Amino acid sequence: MQLAATLRKEILLQWRTRSQIAAVFIFGATSLLLFSFSIGPNSEALRLYAPGFLWLGLLLSSTLTLSESFHLEMEERALEGLLLLPASDRSLYYGKAIANAFQLTLLGIALIPVMVVLYDAGTTRIPAMIGVIILGAAGLSAPGTLYTAMTSQLRSQQTLLPLLLFPLVVPVLLAAVKATSLIILGDPMGQARSWIILLIAFDAIYWSLCGLLFGRVVED
Amino acid sequence: MTGISEVSFAAAETEDQPRIRRGPLPYILLAVGTLVILTGAWIGLFVAPAETFQGNTQRIMYIHVPTAWAAMLALMFAFVSSFAYLFNGKWAWDARLEASIEIGTLLALLLCIQGSIWAKPTWGVWWDWDPRLTTSAVMVFAFAGILALRKFVEEPGRRATWSAVATIVAFIDVPVVYFSVNWWNSLHQTQSTVGNIAPAFRVPLYTSAIGFVILLTGLIMLRARTSEIRLSEEIAPPLEPVASVGGIRS
Repeated sequence: MQLAATLRKEILLQWRTRSQIAAVFIFGATSLLLFSFSIGPNSEALRLYAPGFLWLGLLLSSTLTLSESFHLEMEERALEGLLLLPASDRSLYYGKAIANAFQLTLLGIALIPVMVVLYDAGTTRIPAMIGVIILGAAGLSAPGTLYTAMTSQLRSQQTLLPLLLFPLVVPVLLAAVKATSLIILGDPMGQARSWIILLIAFDAIYWSLCGLLFGRVVED
Repeated sequence: MTGISEVSFAAAETEDQPRIRRGPLPYILLAVGTLVILTGAWIGLFVAPAETFQGNTQRIMYIHVPTAWAAMLALMFAFVSSFAYLFNGKWAWDARLEASIEIGTLLALLLCIQGSIWAKPTWGVWWDWDPRLTTSAVMVFAFAGILALRKFVEEPGRRATWSAVATIVAFIDVPVVYFSVNWWNSLHQTQSTVGNIAPAFRVPLYTSAIGFVILLTGLIMLRARTSEIRLSEEIAPPLEPVASVGGIRS
């Protein structure tokens, strides 16, 4: 019930600030465009590296999405007001983390057409692709939401969030890139399954751990 | 309303004033550790025979493997200190956390450098994306991030809690990173254990390892003292008398 209320609040806020979501999408698409210049107009290489570029674009954009999710809470000390409500810290965390994962999933899905057009890396296995994006977005959002709760209260949040988050999500990046690549380029050995299991394991660990620790981060 | 909660909060937090420890033990440990490491290095360089396939290159093992063990030990101690701080809130654990993360990160960095020095003549490249190398590099960056976080948070209570939380999150990531990179690519030689090391190599290796553990203990103790001194300067004296004047008791 509390979770539903926080989630509703987050989604409503995201809807009302949808121009921000559009801006993050443009940022992600611009990164995809720029990555292609680092390879050159070699269509074969671009297709090969497309999954890596997609996930790097999503990872870079995620820092914007995550910091925005706490930006409003810092204005007028809204977070303190939220903590005074008879709602548990945990529901606050999960509401935010689910909303962030949702927004990152949408962003990832929106970036697929850009990837297809720029890198000619299309696939017909759309449900599998969306599944990997959901799992990857969840993996970025769980520790990301916890770290943003800390860094948003500091002056140097733009520097600190990537510094803390990027090394931590190496397994997510690895597994998501591998799985996406196997979906796009073909998977004769059936390896995608094991990478998806790794993503699920990472999500399970961090969704439970960060939920437990969130209370300590916001309590003072 | 806010005034009351702030006073009682500050009073509760200063119940445990950081105690400045003195005494010569860390200095003795540093001296003994250095001597034992030098002895291990001497045996490793001049007494132990050269390895059949790698020749003299293998001798870096007497420093490299103990560095790896010491780095893991230091970061494990940081993990334990984080839990201890979150559960009992004593400043001493925050000081130990800071000390062990700093030394653990430095050792992990040294580990990567030594690994590269060994990899160039053995594998022909400075760097390879093997699981242990990559995991060590990720560890260096993850824990360096926590050190940066500590620099940016000025309020001591918040700094201690946040870095404890971040340490737990980062430490749990280490096996996951290792596992995922292992799947991704593998080339490193199998781990050095008692079973696969010739007896002639064991003496310098273990001498060096014991030296590293002694040196590590001394360094963490000494560094934790520095943190305690800084903490005691940052934290105001107990607010109890001020609070009781206003009629507020926690």
